[in-house]
Amino acid sequence: MKQSTLIWTLLMVFGGLSLIAIQLFRDKGEVYVREVPVEGKSSLPEAQEQTYRWSTYKQVSEKEKGKPGVSFSLSRTLGLWVAAFCTLAIFSFLYGDNPLYKFTEAVFVGVSAAYAMVVAFWTEIVTNLFAKLLPGYARMSFLPDISEDVQSDLLYLIPLVLSVLLLWRLAPKGTWIARWPLAFFIGATAGIRLISYLEADFIGQIQNTIMPFIVFSADGSLLWIQSLRNTIVIVGVTSCMVYFFFSIEHEGVVKYISRLGIWFLMVTFGASFAYTVMGRIALLSGRLDFLFNNWLGI
Amino acid sequence: MKRTIPLFISAVTGFVLIGTAFIPQFVDWGNDAMAWFNLLAAFAFILGGGNLLKMQLQKISAQQPGWGYAAVTLIAFFITLYVGLAKVGVNPSVKFPEFAWSGEFQEEGSAFWWLFEYIFYPLSATMFALLAFYISSAAFRAFRAKNTEATILLLIAVIVLLGRTYAGVWLTGWLPNEPIIGSSGITYSDFHLPHLSQIIMDDFTTPGMRAITIGIALGVASTSLKVLLGVDRSYLGSDQEA
Repeated sequence: MKQSTLIWTLLMVFGGLSLIAIQLFRDKGEVYVREVPVEGKSSLPEAQEQTYRWSTYKQVSEKEKGKPGVSFSLSRTLGLWVAAFCTLAIFSFLYGDNPLYKFTEAVFVGVSAAYAMVVAFWTEIVTNLFAKLLPGYARMSFLPDISEDVQSDLLYLIPLVLSVLLLWRLAPKGTWIARWPLAFFIGATAGIRLISYLEADFIGQIQNTIMPFIVFSADGSLLWIQSLRNTIVIVGVTSCMVYFFFSIEHEGVVKYISRLGIWFLMVTFGASFAYTVMGRIALLSGRLDFLFNNWLGI
Repeated sequence: MKRTIPLFISAVTGFVLIGTAFIPQFVDWGNDAMAWFNLLAAFAFILGGGNLLKMQLQKISAQQPGWGYAAVTLIAFFITLYVGLAKVGVNPSVKFPEFAWSGEFQEEGSAFWWLFEYIFYPLSATMFALLAFYISSAAFRAFRAKNTEATILLLIAVIVLLGRTYAGVWLTGWLPNEPIIGSSGITYSDFHLPHLSQIIMDDFTTPGMRAITIGIALGVASTSLKVLLGVDRSYLGSDQEA
């Protein structure tokens, strides 16, 4: 390890430990919750009078500490510290690739893959496959609000079979069979996108561009600002489209129109870039707000 | 068999879904196909998880460099999967209290909610926030007003950036609300950076965005037709697959 790296690492570790010590001493970085009693009456006809009671906990601000029903939450306080650790570990990449960053990156990969799987399982597989194929079992387990009249829809065996074929991709042999569900997926995407893009993005955008160059108000006077705005949009869209049209050579008049189109595109790119930067900075300020406000309580 | 059936499946599915826009009798078929599409997308996430598992296990068994991080990934993966699928810490639904599994899997206070709130969200938000530094440094190094086009891009980016922050108000807030050219209605305050930024967004970026959107729509339509007609078969991969 280089001497400068060692010094920086020691400084960061020392800084981190100091921060933890200060936090503990200041009694900050704690989360408080309010107990909310919940009461549920039995939904089964044979046990009508039975009542079930449990509690849920809602996070409250630190100011409510000590009030009746408000208590310290160990799990959420631990969570706050874990979140602060994760945030700082990712920010440590600004210094350079380091084990702390690699560790949190590995955690992120694992958690996000499993998160997507769990969401897909509960929102799609259980709700739209299990409940369609076996409504009786679904009613008795995960989805008791399914009506008793609902019959199983055997048509859903097709997506089940296609899904099994898709998972066959992980098998050592016969992976070509996964092309069938993939073909369904690609075909469906192409079919949906073809119509929706043509309808909303092609026809819709052209329709929005067909507007008057000169706009008059109800009393017949010229609305020149509105007229100028319309003219800018019509001329801009036309010139950009001319620039995108490569079937003719960009010479003479076409060259000048396409040049104007490039300028309009540059304006769009400049504004989009500014928006992207702003979005990232908003996220950054959100994380800094979390660190300074929620965690450090400064 | 390996290539003809997939081509047939994609063509039939695609044309049935296109047909739903023109033939009312196809609407139910289209709804079914959409539901199946969503189900397959859900199974694709499982396939993704399975693939991640396979790759990480291979890394660990071969003791490749960084295999320890692969183990961390797997531990994080299994913990999240377990608490999410087992609904750890989830209370039953108030309407159906005797059904232990009837609660919402993302209920506040549950283990899965904890993982989302205190690990997944901070990590993903910070990852994207990190890009603020890199995007700024890349822009600082790459942006040069070398010609007219680059100057326009730079100028617009600066106006929009300043106009969307307090800096814009601070820099141009002093401009008076007095007319510039006689009674034309244009005032000095029209040149406030937030106002200029709004004019750029409303009137000058619209044409460019519209042209790009029209171009994308034409591209999507032509690519979709190529796929459905079997001209583009790249999604089938090579014939060498096992």
